[in-house]
Amino acid sequence: MLAALFFVPVLAGLAAFVIRSHPVRRSVLLAAAVAHTALTVRVWLRPPASPVFDGLLHLDELGMLFLGITSLLFLAAAIYGVGYLRRENPEPRQDFEEGLLFVNAPEGIFTGCLLLFLAMMTLVCLSGHFGLTWVGVEATTLASAPLIYFHRHTRSLEATWKYLLICSVGIALALLGIFIACIAATDANGATIPLLTAELVRRASSLNQVWLKIGFVFLLVGYGTKMGLAPLHTWLPDAHSESPSVVSALLSGALLNCAFLSILRMHQVLVAAGCGAFGQDLLVLLGLISMGVAAIFIIGQQDFKRLLAYSSVEHVGILALGVGLGGVGVYGSMLHAVNHSMTKAMLFLVAGNILAAYGTKSCMQVRGVLSVLPISAVLWLAGFLAVTGSPPFGMFLSELTILKAALDQGHILAAVLYLVFLGMIFVGMASVFLGMAQGESSLPEDTRTPRETVLSILSPAVLGLIVLVLGLWIPAPVQNLLQQAAKALGGF
Amino acid sequence: MPIAGWCQPVLGLLAAPLLLGIINRVKALFAGRQGPPLIQPYRDLYKLLGKGATYSKTTTLVFRLAPAAGLACVVLALTLLPLGASRAVLAFPGDLVLLIYLLGLVRFLTVIGALDTGSSFEGMGASREVQFSALAEPVLLLVMAGLARQGDSLSLSGIYPAVTAATWMEAGPALALIAAALLVVLLAENSRIPVDDPNTHLELTMIHEVMVLDYSGPDLAAILYGASLKLWVFGSLLVGVCVPVRTGWAIVDVPAFLAGMLVVAVLVGVVESIMARLRLLRVPQLLIGAGAMAMLALVLVVR
Amino acid sequence: MQAWTDLILIAIVLTNLALSGLGSLGTCIHVMALQGVLLGLVTVGVQQGAVSLHGLVLVTGTVVIKGFVFPKLLRRAIREANIRQEVEPFVGFSSSLLIGTLSLPLAMWLSSRLPPIDPGVPSLLVPVSLHAIFVGLLLIVSRRKAVTQVLGYLALENGIFVFGVGLARQATLLVEMGILLDVFVAVFVMGIAIFHISREFDHIDTDQLSLLKE
Repeated sequence: MLAALFFVPVLAGLAAFVIRSHPVRRSVLLAAAVAHTALTVRVWLRPPASPVFDGLLHLDELGMLFLGITSLLFLAAAIYGVGYLRRENPEPRQDFEEGLLFVNAPEGIFTGCLLLFLAMMTLVCLSGHFGLTWVGVEATTLASAPLIYFHRHTRSLEATWKYLLICSVGIALALLGIFIACIAATDANGATIPLLTAELVRRASSLNQVWLKIGFVFLLVGYGTKMGLAPLHTWLPDAHSESPSVVSALLSGALLNCAFLSILRMHQVLVAAGCGAFGQDLLVLLGLISMGVAAIFIIGQQDFKRLLAYSSVEHVGILALGVGLGGVGVYGSMLHAVNHSMTKAMLFLVAGNILAAYGTKSCMQVRGVLSVLPISAVLWLAGFLAVTGSPPFGMFLSELTILKAALDQGHILAAVLYLVFLGMIFVGMASVFLGMAQGESSLPEDTRTPRETVLSILSPAVLGLIVLVLGLWIPAPVQNLLQQAAKALGGF
Repeated sequence: MPIAGWCQPVLGLLAAPLLLGIINRVKALFAGRQGPPLIQPYRDLYKLLGKGATYSKTTTLVFRLAPAAGLACVVLALTLLPLGASRAVLAFPGDLVLLIYLLGLVRFLTVIGALDTGSSFEGMGASREVQFSALAEPVLLLVMAGLARQGDSLSLSGIYPAVTAATWMEAGPALALIAAALLVVLLAENSRIPVDDPNTHLELTMIHEVMVLDYSGPDLAAILYGASLKLWVFGSLLVGVCVPVRTGWAIVDVPAFLAGMLVVAVLVGVVESIMARLRLLRVPQLLIGAGAMAMLALVLVVR
Repeated sequence: MQAWTDLILIAIVLTNLALSGLGSLGTCIHVMALQGVLLGLVTVGVQQGAVSLHGLVLVTGTVVIKGFVFPKLLRRAIREANIRQEVEPFVGFSSSLLIGTLSLPLAMWLSSRLPPIDPGVPSLLVPVSLHAIFVGLLLIVSRRKAVTQVLGYLALENGIFVFGVGLARQATLLVEMGILLDVFVAVFVMGIAIFHISREFDHIDTDQLSLLKE
C-alpha cells in the first residue's frame, strides 16, 4: 500500500513523457491525482501495521499529516492544471516584460515532471530512513527544475539556475549532516544503529550528543535552504515568481512542507536524546530572521507573485518559530502547516488567473479585478485576509496559538518581534491586495473580457473554503492527527 | 674532524662550474649537436680573469663591490652545508636561517649592483627578479620548516643527517612533496627555464641575465662563478633530501652525493630542453603551487 | 594499507589544490576525472581489505560515474555551449590557490576540535574532506562560468563522499546507490540547463544573470 503511493505517480509520470495526445495525457494527470488522494485517504483510515522494506518506508502521524496536505494540494493543482494547460498557447509568443519571443516547454515534459515531483514528495513523507529522505528531497529539486523553466525565457532560466545550484549545494550540506548523524548513531558497544527514525528515537539515550548537535546544524542549514528559511531563501522569490502558478502553488504549499518535515525528523531525534533545547534555539532564531527579512521585502514590493513568495518565507519562519518555542507552539505549527499550504496554494492559483487576464505581474498596473474577474477577486481578498492571519480563517488560530506559546515560555522579545513583523506584513500586503481588487479596470478598452472557467475557480474556491472551515471548527480526526504529530515532536 | 663535511666546500669550489658544463652538454645533446666540452666554463672563467674590466661612468663603488661581496657570501653559504651523515664545517642551531639570509644577501647585492648602473633594462630585470624571489623565499622557508620539524633540529647539520632511508619509509609523501617544492625553488632562484631563459639574447625577456649585462672581466668571472656555486648550494639541498645515503663513511657518502649532483644537473638540463619558458604572469602561480606543496608537506609532518 | 590510503588522500588534496589554481576548463575536467578514480580507490582503502559485494558495487559505481560519466557530460555541455575554454574567476588564480592552500591548516585545526572518532579510520580523512568542501565552496562562489560552478558542486560532493565513505558505516547499498544516482541526475540536469543558458544568453557567465532583483 505504501509502495503504491510512490509507484502510481512514478508510472503515471513516465507514461506522461511518452503519451502524444494532449487530452489523454491530461486525463492521466487527473486520474493519477485522484488515485493518489484515494490511496492517501485509505492509508489514513487504515494505517499499515508494520514498517515496509525493513523500515525504509514508515508512516507515522507526522508523515501522515504532510502526506495528506501534499495529496490534497496536488489534486487541487491537477484540476486547475488541466484548465491551465488547455488555455496555454503552444506557439511562440511575446514575453510581456521584455518583449522577446519565447515558447513553452513541451507539455509532456511538464506533466511528466509534475507527476514525478508528486512521487518524490510522497517518498519524503513516507521515508523512515534519513538517507532515503535525502534522496527524495534532492530528487524533488531535480524534478521541479524543468517545471520552473516551463515558460522558456531568460528570467525563468535565471530562476531555474539559481534554484538548481543553491538547493543542490544546500542539500549536499544536508548529506554531510546525515553522515555526521551516522557517526553519532553508534551505541556504547561500538555497534552501529541504523539510521531509521524509529530506531534512533528508541535508542536516543545512547547517541553521542556532540556529534548529534553538529549533524543537526548541517541538516538545518541544508534542508533550511530547501525550506526557504532566511538567509538561505534567496532562490525562493525568483523561482516562485517565474514559474507557472500551478507549480508555484505546489512549491509553496507542498515542497516547503516536505523540507520542513526532513528537519523535524532530526528534531525528533534531538528531543528524544535530550538536547532539544539546542535545536529549538536555532529554530527560533532562524524563524525570527525569516519573518524579519520577509517583512522588509514585502513592503514596497512591485510584483504580486514575488509578494506571495516572500509571504511564503514569512510563514515558513512562523513554522520554524512554532516548533522552536515548544509546548503548545508545536501544535500551532502543525495547524499552521495545514492552513498555510491551503491558503498559499489558493492565492497562487488566483494570481494565475489574474496574470492570464491582465498580462502583467506589476502591482501598480493591475486594477479593478472585482469588475473583471469577480469570483477570483473575492477569493483574492479572502486569501489576503487569511494569509495575514485575520479571523475567521484558520491562520488566525494557528498564529494565536504560537503567540500563546511564546508568552507561556516567557520569550517576550520573540513575541514582540513576532507581532511587529506580522503587523508590517499586514500593512505591506494590504496596500497591494486592496489596490489591485478595487477601482476601475485597468485593462485596455478593446480587450475581450476574460471568462472565468469552472476549472480555474473550482480548486481555489474549495481550498479557501477548507481554510474558512478550519478557522471555525477542526474536525475530530484532524485534531487527533495534529495532536499526535505535535506529541511526537515533544510538544502538546 | 668531519671529513665529508670538509669535502662539501672543497668539492663545491672545484666542481661547481662543471655543473654548468653538464647542463649545457645535456641541452646540446637534446638538440642533436655535440655541444661544448664539459670544462668549457673553466676556460671561460680563465679567459675572463685575464681581461680588463670596463666601468660605466654612471656607476659607483657599489657596482664594483657587488660581485666580490656576492661571491664571498656564497662561499660562506657553502661552509654551512652538511654532506652525508657528517656535520658541516660551520654548524650551530639556526644556521638554516643564516643560509637563507646569505642567499638573500647575494640577491640583494646583485640587484643593487644592477640598479646602480642607472639603465632601465637592469631596473626592469631587478624588479622581476625581486618579485619572483619574494614568492620563492617563503616556499624555501616552508620547506626548511618542514625538514626541521621532521628532523627535530634547527641546524642544517642536524636536519640532513637525519634524513635516512627509514625516514623515507615513514614520511615518504611529505619528503616527496618537499623535494618537488625544492626543485621548483632551485629552478626559480637559479634563473632556469621555466622561470627564466639563460640563453636568451633579447633584453626584454631577460630576468637574471640583464642584471649582469654591464659587468666585464674579473667581475663577470666572479658573477659566473658565484652563480655556479649558488646552483651547487641548491643542488646539495635537494640531493640531501633525495639521496638518503647516510653510512657515515666518507668513501661511500661522497660518491653518492656526487652522483646525486650529477643527476640534478642532468635533470635541470632535461627540463630546460623539453619545456618552454612560462609567461611572466604564470610564474607566480607556479611558485604558489610549489608553496602549496610545501605547506601540505609541513601539515603532514606536523600532524 | 594505511600508508596507501594516506597516499591516496594526499593525492586528493593535490587535485583539489590544482582545481583551485588551474585556468583551463579542459584541464580542470581531467583533474575532476582523476579525483573520481581516486575516490574509488579511497573506498577500497577504507574497507581495509574486507571486500564485500556492497563495497565492490560502490567502488565500481563511483569510479564509473565520477571518473568517466561526469567528465563526459561536462565536456559535452562545454562543446554544445561553444564557449572559450578558460575559467573566468572573480578571485584571481594566485589568490584562489593561496586560499585553497591556507584552508588546509584550517581544515586540520577544525578536525582536531571535533570529538574523537573511531581509531580504525585514517586520521587524514576528516581534514581532507573538510578541505575538499572548502575548495568546492570557493569554486562555486568565485567562478563566473556556470560549468565551473558545477565543478565546484562536484568537488563539494566528493568531499562529503570521502567523509561518508570513511565514517558512515550504516548506510545501506540502496541508499548509497541512490545518492550516487541523485548526483548523476543533478549533473545531467545542470548540463541541460547550461546548454539552455548558452542558447538563450549567448554566454554562460552567471554574473550577468541578474535580471531578477529584490
